[in-house]
Amino acid sequence: MPVGSEPAAPAVRIDGLRFHWERGAGFALSVPTLRIAPRESVLLLGESGSGKSTLLSLICGIVTAQDGTVAIAGTDLARLRPGARDRFRAEEIGVIFQQFNLLPYGSVIDNILLPLRFAPARRSRAAAPRAEAARLCTALGLPSGLLERPAGRLSVGQQQRVAVARALIGRPPLIVADEPTSALDAATQDNFLRVLFEQTQAAGSALMMVSHDERLAPRFDRVLRLEDIAHTERASA
Amino acid sequence: MILRLALGSLRARALTVGLTVLAIALSVALFLGVEKVRTGARASFADTISGTDLIVGARSGSVQLLLYSVFRIGNATNNVTWQSYQDLAARDEIDWIVPISLGDSHRQFRVMGTTPAFFEHYKYRGGRALKIAQGHGLGDLYDAVIGADVAATLGYAVGDPIVVSHGLASFTAHEDQPFRVAGIVAKTGTPVDRTVIVSLEAIEAIHVDWQSGAQAPGHATPVERIREMDLTPKAITAAMVGVTSRLQVFKLQRWINDYPEEPLLAVLPGVALQELWQIVGIAETALVGVSGMVVVTALLGMTAMIFSSLNERRREMAIWRAMGARPRVILGLLVLEAVLMAALGAGLGMALLYAALALARPLIDSAFGLWLPLEAPGLRELWGLLAVVGAAALASLLPALRAYRLSLADGMMVRV
Repeated sequence: MPVGSEPAAPAVRIDGLRFHWERGAGFALSVPTLRIAPRESVLLLGESGSGKSTLLSLICGIVTAQDGTVAIAGTDLARLRPGARDRFRAEEIGVIFQQFNLLPYGSVIDNILLPLRFAPARRSRAAAPRAEAARLCTALGLPSGLLERPAGRLSVGQQQRVAVARALIGRPPLIVADEPTSALDAATQDNFLRVLFEQTQAAGSALMMVSHDERLAPRFDRVLRLEDIAHTERASA
Repeated sequence: MILRLALGSLRARALTVGLTVLAIALSVALFLGVEKVRTGARASFADTISGTDLIVGARSGSVQLLLYSVFRIGNATNNVTWQSYQDLAARDEIDWIVPISLGDSHRQFRVMGTTPAFFEHYKYRGGRALKIAQGHGLGDLYDAVIGADVAATLGYAVGDPIVVSHGLASFTAHEDQPFRVAGIVAKTGTPVDRTVIVSLEAIEAIHVDWQSGAQAPGHATPVERIREMDLTPKAITAAMVGVTSRLQVFKLQRWINDYPEEPLLAVLPGVALQELWQIVGIAETALVGVSGMVVVTALLGMTAMIFSSLNERRREMAIWRAMGARPRVILGLLVLEAVLMAALGAGLGMALLYAALALARPLIDSAFGLWLPLEAPGLRELWGLLAVVGAAALASLLPALRAYRLSLADGMMVRV
């Protein structure tokens, strides 16, 4: 599917999803339906342990549902073989974690370019990857000359911005962010969200962020509560 | 980029990685060192004698004959009579023959009686002849030509007096007949370096007053009188033989072994050396095996180190997975890290070995008479290093497979 033009398929489509972890605590999650439109920004609110990260793992195709459909930009992840699913994730999804987002021993540029290593189409979309990485860093307010510095030496705020640059490089249709502001102080948080929205819009990507912080709600096109869209079960040990 | 990141990952854990690399380096240095000493010893032994077709002595074992006659290790159980020697020397097949007479010593060095022909026909390291570095060869009855190590260890120069002791560990010296250092042989890396060479007649001369292994009491023949005596030896210890045609070696060997007048033994130096290697082969294999086990232990240490780091690296693997890396990339990354550590350890081990060799070579030479060559690593050593790296890759598969499974199970759920 061409990226950059307005895609017809939703960025995320979930229908009749049912999932439970094969091992461990016996946590189960079901999501009857969920749609995220292209370029839409959605905040998914939920308490810690409510299944947000499980849902993100399902959307990213790191784990697959026992039942139902998870389709990203029109592609049903269940129809892909595991290797193809990993490549699809690299091609179509930018991921930002809560913290410890970067490989601390890699340079900033290595971290930003890492997903392109596994995504040739996304790499070609980035055209000149190093120049694109430098442009994103500048747009995200990172000091110039930071590219070759080891990521582990950056401040937490700088690391989160580098993570945004890494998620956005090659303009994937979907950005998934798992509580990216939780490790930031209030002032840094505000600034971070501003540049995240600016650059996500500039890239034409949809943004799905999970958080437990309701104060973020006004910035998003739509706010969902996990308990409204999903049903969770935790088997007693 | 993956290689750069793998190197960065190793740098980030510099202390544990450094210790692991050091353990591998030391084990590799030990392994290659044992191999170097083993091959060096073989080469040194093989280089000791060249161009000699047969060694003849009293009948005993071929290895024993080779050891005492060429390497001055151990003793002859019997002598060869002068008559037998002359019978042998008169054979048509003989091109040259050099008698040697052993049994006495000077300090810790063996004294060998021979003829000037020894300097002409003894060859080592592919045909090199002995060179007199200082002074001259055997001229006077009481001239001694000493090996380079004898001169260096005892601080002898040409003209210095030498008193030969009777036997090998005796307090009885032939003080009444001192020798004089006439020449010093240039370093050869063979037992000649640790030998005091005198004439066959001199050996006879210093034993003029000796009977049944002891000096006759109260009787010392004056040196002037001895010089006028017939000093033809009654027996020798062994003889080195060169034949006119190699085709006649076996015929001559058979003749000597069947010699009716006296039980004699003729051996081909190369064949006796092979027998020696067969005897010491078990010990060599055991030594190589033990040093190999040290390498295995170091690699197991590396595996344990990778295992113990897996838990703290689960977040890192989640990042790799989120970026699109397949689980096999994570498996490959851990194997690559192990290969890098092993390669670094192997390279460092090689460097340590050569540094240690450069420093210890003279000490090993003087202590054991073993001159280890400082040559570029051979194909065998390079294969050895490659095997270490390959073994490291195999050993790392265990933690790498665990990481593979963890990365599949964890997904993006890891919270560190």
